[in-house]
Amino acid sequence: MVARSQRSGLARREARLGVALILPAVLVVGGLVLFPLLWNVALSIQPARLLNIREVGLFGFMPTLRNYRVVVSDLEFWAVFRTTFVYTVAGTILSIVGGMWAALTLRRPFRGRGLVRGLTLFPYVVPVIAAAFVWKTMLNPTFGIVNEWIDVLGGRRVDFLGTLSHDVHVFGLTLSIPLALVMVILFEGWRYFPFAFLFILAALQALPQDVEEAAIVDGATPSQRFWYITLPQLRPVLSVLFLLRFIWTFNKFDDVYLLTGGGAGTEVITVKIVDWLLGRGDVGAAAALGMILAAVLLVLMAVYFRWFYQEEVA
Amino acid sequence: MTRAVFEERLFGVLKAISIVLLVAMSLFPLVYMVGLSFKPIQDLLRDPMRFWPTWEQVAGFDTYRAVLLPQARGGQGFLLFIRNSTIVAVSTVLITLGVGILAAYSAARLRFFGKRAVSLGIILVYLFPAVVISIPLFVMFSRIGLRSSLLGLIVVYLASTLPVTLYMLRGYFLSIPQELEEAGLVDGLSRFGVIWRITFPLAAPAVAATALYVFMIAWNEFLYALLFVLENRELWTLSLGLQQLDSQEVPKTMLMAGSVIITLPVIVLFFAAERFLTEGLTAGGVKG
Repeated sequence: MVARSQRSGLARREARLGVALILPAVLVVGGLVLFPLLWNVALSIQPARLLNIREVGLFGFMPTLRNYRVVVSDLEFWAVFRTTFVYTVAGTILSIVGGMWAALTLRRPFRGRGLVRGLTLFPYVVPVIAAAFVWKTMLNPTFGIVNEWIDVLGGRRVDFLGTLSHDVHVFGLTLSIPLALVMVILFEGWRYFPFAFLFILAALQALPQDVEEAAIVDGATPSQRFWYITLPQLRPVLSVLFLLRFIWTFNKFDDVYLLTGGGAGTEVITVKIVDWLLGRGDVGAAAALGMILAAVLLVLMAVYFRWFYQEEVA
Repeated sequence: MTRAVFEERLFGVLKAISIVLLVAMSLFPLVYMVGLSFKPIQDLLRDPMRFWPTWEQVAGFDTYRAVLLPQARGGQGFLLFIRNSTIVAVSTVLITLGVGILAAYSAARLRFFGKRAVSLGIILVYLFPAVVISIPLFVMFSRIGLRSSLLGLIVVYLASTLPVTLYMLRGYFLSIPQELEEAGLVDGLSRFGVIWRITFPLAAPAVAATALYVFMIAWNEFLYALLFVLENRELWTLSLGLQQLDSQEVPKTMLMAGSVIITLPVIVLFFAAERFLTEGLTAGGVKG
């Protein structure tokens, strides 16, 4: 009897301590993420502008759907959505394929591997503003090194980040490439392949060796071993990577904004939101588009978890 | 030649090419950045191919001087931006770790009602779009007068780095055997004594990795800086300062010097702690 009450007393003390220790974090996240989220809902249904920003609140306004109407009837609305999807899907896939390539390259030990692995992480750790500026400078139409190389090879100079569509002639066919968008996607792939690389390399090195050794004994070629043995075992990590990179790319703002400012057919939803907010001073419209972004993300996640993400369960 | 032998050779060659490509891809932009950062813009325009500076240009340090000097003395005032970025990033690291270590310990070790929901909720926040939260924060901070201040930035960075801190540290705490702590408790240490003398030293590598990660997030951050402190040049961080100076009037090589300045601390820290960082990010991977 005594022992039990003592134990429950201990449990109570532990619970109290547990709550006390986690409380500051909960308050920070609650006050700075969940509460603002609530406020964002309120902002999206009232006529809030930068000019009357001090009067907008959580309550005491006539709810209106005006902001949603304004945002959806914007001429660029669907184009922005399409750009966001293309950018997100292509950027995600490119970064994962790049990560896979790097991980396979650095899988087996060789002299200097540690150094190469460290260098490979550079694009990911360099501040985004510096990375974007270097790309902009390298791709500059008048003095960028890439255009200099094109000159040497006898090609025509290109304004990579300012060209909406670029015609390329291959085998008598004329292809229209959305050049600026392609460059932004390449940037995304270049910048985030190290992230995928780290995860895939860790997964590769944790794989049991015996299956692959048995396959070698049985005469399987390297490409067969990759397709039929390694790749299937990597499915869980690839599916987590796809999820994470998709969400983060979908929410990404800095990269596109710093490279092109959203020009030349590269405007994604997040850039559009900031444009509503700072460019046009329409806080309500920005909030409404933010809600739409969050809703779309939620639906995509639901679809993904329902139909594609079954590894962990099965 | 059998298919297996052919493939072995082919992939051997491809691997060598891949290593060279990987290094070039990762390193060349940085080399280009450092090279241009020392060159006067006229030199670059005259011969864009030659991006590597001469010794005199490096020793002259002219672009850097022009970038760092205060505006009053004809520079761009980057020393001030460095100061702001340092204040913001270091404060964020200290506060986030303080709050995060306690919360992560609680989420990993202590039993209380609602624990799973709370820790899962905080981690889910990590996946939420920053842009969406930035709008109401912009309004909120405008109303309480916290918007045009470094303190406001620190508070926002705290909220945006706490989830990842909690995620990384909680995972690490879970991997420390509980018996060690129980032994400490039996020997008469208090809970805080246990955290301070046993758990904390054991978790030092993870704490270092997390600190570095948080520092990088705060140091590199751009969106909130743009929304919050744009109006007051005195408060610009390095990211914002660089972006704002990207105009026709400022020579591009100066921007490269600014880019080197913002990149250097990150690269130095990264090399100092690369082992911690890669381990922290991919705990469980076998080293080889």
